[in-house]
Amino acid sequence: MRAFRTVSAAATTLAASGFAGLAHAAPAMQGGERQPLNVEAIVMFFAFVAMTLGITYWAARRTRSAADFYAAGGGITAGQNGLAIAGDYMSAASFLGISGLVFASGFDGLIYSVGWLVGWPIILFLIAERLRNLGKYTFADVVSFRLEQTQIRTLSAIGTLVVVAFYLIAQMVGAGKLIELLFGLPYLYAVILVGALMIVYVAFGGMVATTWVQVIKACLLLGGATFMALMVLIHFGFSPEAMFGAAVAVHPKGGSIMGPGNLVHDPVSALSLGLALMFGTAGLPHILMRFFTVADAKAARKSVFYATGFIGYFYILTFIIGFGAITFLMNDPAYYTVAADGAYNKVTALLGGSNMAAIHLSNAIGGSFFLGFISAVAFATILAVVAGLTLAGASAVSHDLYASVIAKGRASEDREVRVSKASAVAIGIVAIVLGYIFEKQNVAFMVGLAFAVAASCNFPVLLMSIMWKGTTTRGVLIGGFLGLASSVGMVVLSPAVWEATLGNPKGTAPFPYDNPALFSMAIAFGGIWLFSKLDRSKRAEIDRAAYEQQYIRSETGIGSHRAVAH
Amino acid sequence: MSSAPAHDIKNDPQFQALVSRRSRFAWTLTIAMLIIYFGFVFVIAFAPTLLAAPIGSGVTTVGIPIGVAVIVSAFLLTGIYVRRANSEFDAMTSQIVGRAK
Repeated sequence: MRAFRTVSAAATTLAASGFAGLAHAAPAMQGGERQPLNVEAIVMFFAFVAMTLGITYWAARRTRSAADFYAAGGGITAGQNGLAIAGDYMSAASFLGISGLVFASGFDGLIYSVGWLVGWPIILFLIAERLRNLGKYTFADVVSFRLEQTQIRTLSAIGTLVVVAFYLIAQMVGAGKLIELLFGLPYLYAVILVGALMIVYVAFGGMVATTWVQVIKACLLLGGATFMALMVLIHFGFSPEAMFGAAVAVHPKGGSIMGPGNLVHDPVSALSLGLALMFGTAGLPHILMRFFTVADAKAARKSVFYATGFIGYFYILTFIIGFGAITFLMNDPAYYTVAADGAYNKVTALLGGSNMAAIHLSNAIGGSFFLGFISAVAFATILAVVAGLTLAGASAVSHDLYASVIAKGRASEDREVRVSKASAVAIGIVAIVLGYIFEKQNVAFMVGLAFAVAASCNFPVLLMSIMWKGTTTRGVLIGGFLGLASSVGMVVLSPAVWEATLGNPKGTAPFPYDNPALFSMAIAFGGIWLFSKLDRSKRAEIDRAAYEQQYIRSETGIGSHRAVAH
Repeated sequence: MSSAPAHDIKNDPQFQALVSRRSRFAWTLTIAMLIIYFGFVFVIAFAPTLLAAPIGSGVTTVGIPIGVAVIVSAFLLTGIYVRRANSEFDAMTSQIVGRAK
């Protein structure tokens, strides 16, 4: 086996990039040998694929208008949307990554779960309702509501595509590695399979199919994780104290797994990481799109409430699963790469790396059948997330770039949807190619980069255009691009990329912090404010004058789109 | 949409009441969430031993229920907002919209 990353190194990378990502799972699994064909897992996975393809066929027959394609005709209920949002959000990264982090370091895993969850209330309080009242299909609709269409939509589309691209590469590479490891399929086949399926879901079934894929996957994941956590708790007679006691007794780090380790040490890193986790969520284009799939603001609010509940519950489960994995796996050499003398490192030598803790636990408590089920769920999870990302990217190309920037609003709805479908195919092919190219690369930083860009470009642009009367086209344009450029630049110059990925010597990284959000968000907000203030152009007068009407509509919903066009 | 109804709505006292009440409520909850979360993060950064202290004579530490409480608080705060928004604020909004038509 090639060198496993040690868990301490992996944990540092996590703290560094700021995200327990599947992206992170990828390098951790690089050393994993391809497993023998796992028949149960493959059968269950194909059952999932068959079901989702059936739904896609049904959805394709119902998807006629642009409103159907982008927003499922506004016909998704709050409960369904809550599950779909949770489905978009509970990636394999959070399932395998967080339970793996808990397995390796205990309490520290909770820091990520918490950070990932607390963005949701903020979205609800400040954004969801206004977004729903002002927009139609994409968040660019909202930003360009009173600002100049062409330039603003170009900026928003670039912000969307950059986030989608980094997120997608991380997911594709992670998917390839995971499938190679779980199903025993070659990497390239796995990447092509994922790419092809996501093209089919999005191009044929649009938002209806994508939503249902998310809903099914969310139910499977919540069900599987609940069963695992329940089995662990039953084993310990529902006493967390007994579970923690057993974990402390067997874990090489002993009692220290019950408190914070060294994930965050200085206040700047802590704040920066916290900001990125919290506000990155509020700038993810595939998440923001989901608010347009429900009938009204009431349903939009309720769906955030449900989603927060599902996601919070899920993170508590991953915590139990991580501790369960410590107690069930660490004394069983069958799950480890064991040296000739029978010794093994209880954290780093886990087969496939510590991110596989949840997968091995499923085998330990439910045998090969349940192992197959959880493996299939993990794969389905990736598939659902990439489908959501692809739809967001395709919508940015067709609805923002093509319909508004290139055709200047003269394109027919039919043509716009056709462009969107073609974009979905193109994005899928690009994702396959990039997934193949990046196979051997360390992509750990990419999910972190996606969140940093979302927090530093999309979120400030959205919030300022909704909240501040003085925001002008020029201000948003300059501030948005500054946020985008500074977040990408600082990530590239950070220790996680400059040293760990590009291989420069330790201590040479020009930017000392791994997470740029504190700085790049300040640059974006400051830039929008400053260049709006300085803006004396004719356009700026129009922008400011139109605020009143936007304000009334954002607060009351008068005149807002009801995405029901059949 | 012409600008006339927009103007009427803006001067509607009920609209002004809605906006000021809702924004005060939303910002109060936002600040509550920020204090809870960044409070948690800063205790981790500055005083990790506080969270690592065991409860009684067991191995379970103070940090575990606190971490779970942060998760539960996020859920409760969204619930509190949705409850008031979907009743009081929506009722006010529909009255305002009804008058503007």
